[in-house]
Amino acid sequence: MPASEKNATPMLSIKGLTASAGDLEILKGIDLDVFAGEVHAIMGPNGSGKSTLANVLAGRPDYTVTGGEVLFQGVSLLELEPEIRARMGLFLAFQYPLELPGVRAWQFLKAGVDARRIHNGEEEMSAREFDQMLKAKIVEVQIDPDLIKRAVNEGFSGGEKKRNEVLQMAVLQPKLALLDETDSGLDIDALRIVSEGVNNLRSPENAIILVTHYQRILDYITPNHVHVLFDGRIVRSGGPELAQELEEKGYDWIKDTVDAGV
Amino acid sequence: MTLAPAKYAHYFADFQALSQGPGAGAPPWLKTIRDNAWSRFSETGFPTARRGNERWKYSNVGPIAKIDFGLASGAAPVNASKALAPEYQLDGPAVYRLVFVDGRLHSGLSSPANGSNGVRADSLATTVADGSFDLEARIGNYAPLDDDDGFVALNTAFLHDGASVHVADGHSEKVVIHLSYVTTETAIDSAPKVTHPRTLVVAGRNSDVTVVESYTGPQDEVYFTNAVTEISVGEGAKVDHYRLLLDGAKAFHVGTSRVNQEKDSSFSSASFALGTALARNDFEVLLDASGAYCSLNGLYLTTDNQHIDNLISIDHAQPNCTSRLNYKGILDGKSRAVFGGEVMVRRDAQKSDAQQTDKNLILSHSAEVNSKPSLMIYADDVKCSHGATAGHIDADTLFYLRSRGLDLDAASRMLIHAFAGEIISTVKPEPLREYLDTLFSAAIPDKSLPFGITR
Repeated sequence: MPASEKNATPMLSIKGLTASAGDLEILKGIDLDVFAGEVHAIMGPNGSGKSTLANVLAGRPDYTVTGGEVLFQGVSLLELEPEIRARMGLFLAFQYPLELPGVRAWQFLKAGVDARRIHNGEEEMSAREFDQMLKAKIVEVQIDPDLIKRAVNEGFSGGEKKRNEVLQMAVLQPKLALLDETDSGLDIDALRIVSEGVNNLRSPENAIILVTHYQRILDYITPNHVHVLFDGRIVRSGGPELAQELEEKGYDWIKDTVDAGV
Repeated sequence: MTLAPAKYAHYFADFQALSQGPGAGAPPWLKTIRDNAWSRFSETGFPTARRGNERWKYSNVGPIAKIDFGLASGAAPVNASKALAPEYQLDGPAVYRLVFVDGRLHSGLSSPANGSNGVRADSLATTVADGSFDLEARIGNYAPLDDDDGFVALNTAFLHDGASVHVADGHSEKVVIHLSYVTTETAIDSAPKVTHPRTLVVAGRNSDVTVVESYTGPQDEVYFTNAVTEISVGEGAKVDHYRLLLDGAKAFHVGTSRVNQEKDSSFSSASFALGTALARNDFEVLLDASGAYCSLNGLYLTTDNQHIDNLISIDHAQPNCTSRLNYKGILDGKSRAVFGGEVMVRRDAQKSDAQQTDKNLILSHSAEVNSKPSLMIYADDVKCSHGATAGHIDADTLFYLRSRGLDLDAASRMLIHAFAGEIISTVKPEPLREYLDTLFSAAIPDKSLPFGITR
């Protein structure tokens, strides 16, 4: 496992990260290293700050970083505009994907692919090559091809939107994918398809951070590490068995142990 | 004949010059129409007093009234007019094009139809002269002089040339009529130009007609276009109408369109406005018989100090008619947009179905929109709705695009383009749709950042 290579540099290194929304401090000091090839699951009760963490990493303007440092592929991330982060290979699958009336999926996705290629000193992808790639990904993600002909997410069901996020991820091939509760609100079939999309992305070069409330998705995606976030801090880290333990004991167990100072 | 008030002496001199010059050979009925129109205009003048005048509450025509515009006349060199006419080609077996340069039909650029195959599309002057169509019964019938702001009267006083289109009853083959009204550059030391483009379209029973009207002129000159369009949609006829208000950045444009629909007719219109200093689009549809359907779409984009005023009225005079009104605006700089939507459902117009919306995307702190949709319903069994919105680019949506690698400019451009796309996509002829898409894409301001975001 790459994680065990003690000399390797983490793809993502978070140190003492604090962030707030308005006057409310949400992240109170996060430390986390993610190496290439790893899948980290971040679990926690509502309001613990797990979605905030994913969004702060992606650069959502609603949050203010108040302290700490994040290195992504050795580059200090927090000063960068969200689009630069994306072009460097960071991807956020939104918890609530937005509808873009009038924006065709093809155009939207190609603009993203091309922006990243130009950032890397490559030329824009030809329309034909992009078409072929998109078709292959549509099959891979098992999304209805008719949905892709429509405006992005317009009138999509919740499940279709989430699946579309996974399609975007498959097309953009990120280095680091942040999935913000992508599993919420999915039925069992959609969950399996979304999980397959994530597993397809998994490679020794990529890393995935899976933000989730429920253990359920971890039946399909086996993480290398599980972290429990509580009140803006990672209070517990472990292997997949930690998720199982959480499932059995519930988040109250975490609350009790934190309150007891364990 | 009424004497002109001193302030309109300039117009009066041109009116007399037309009556005694090129217009002297007109038949008596036409002379009477012109004289009556002049009398009317000299009484009403321009609607400069806005107090209590709901139709002009937010638009100041003072700048138009202050300038002594001179009547444009005569055709300019072909090259000059070619450079100004919109560059797209409408294809099809029955496409007729009429190009009017400074108010006169330019025969070299035009392809009229002489009526032999059921389609007559020619200059009004020619149609009057050969008497091939009963214009007397039609001209001014849909845009009458009474109940007018002065602009229709002024246009009618200068009635001489213009487009006359008549598609015969039962002519079901699709006919495309492309009308370009072009103002050319003003000669040195000449007064700023005014033209009074006049269009009459009579679509006979069960005919299928596409009409494109475009108005263009020099970018950096002051001129005035005072257009009047009358359209009669016969029983069961289908008219697709496009109005391209593309006059220059210092130009004034007042357009009055009046549409009359007969039984089971269909009228679909899209009005586009871009780049004019002061523009007025006064558009009125009368649903005058059962089963008529109209769909009025509009898209306007304003920057700098531009001002646009859309006054769109639909009169449900008879039962079982359907109307759809959907206008969208994009405002930047210190520009201002006025939207007045008036849908009237008369007492006998049961089973009317009317929807109207006006949506505005505001890109700058200094831009302003006054939107006042209104419904007046006097029937009790109807389905009506209206709404207006004015908003900025949504910050969350912008973040969504940026998180996929698009920078702020590209992301906002994509969203503005999509906003406009809803109206552009209603344009059926592909070359025209692509032309408009290119035109509006290029006009999207570069640094259209949403509020609260700074670089």
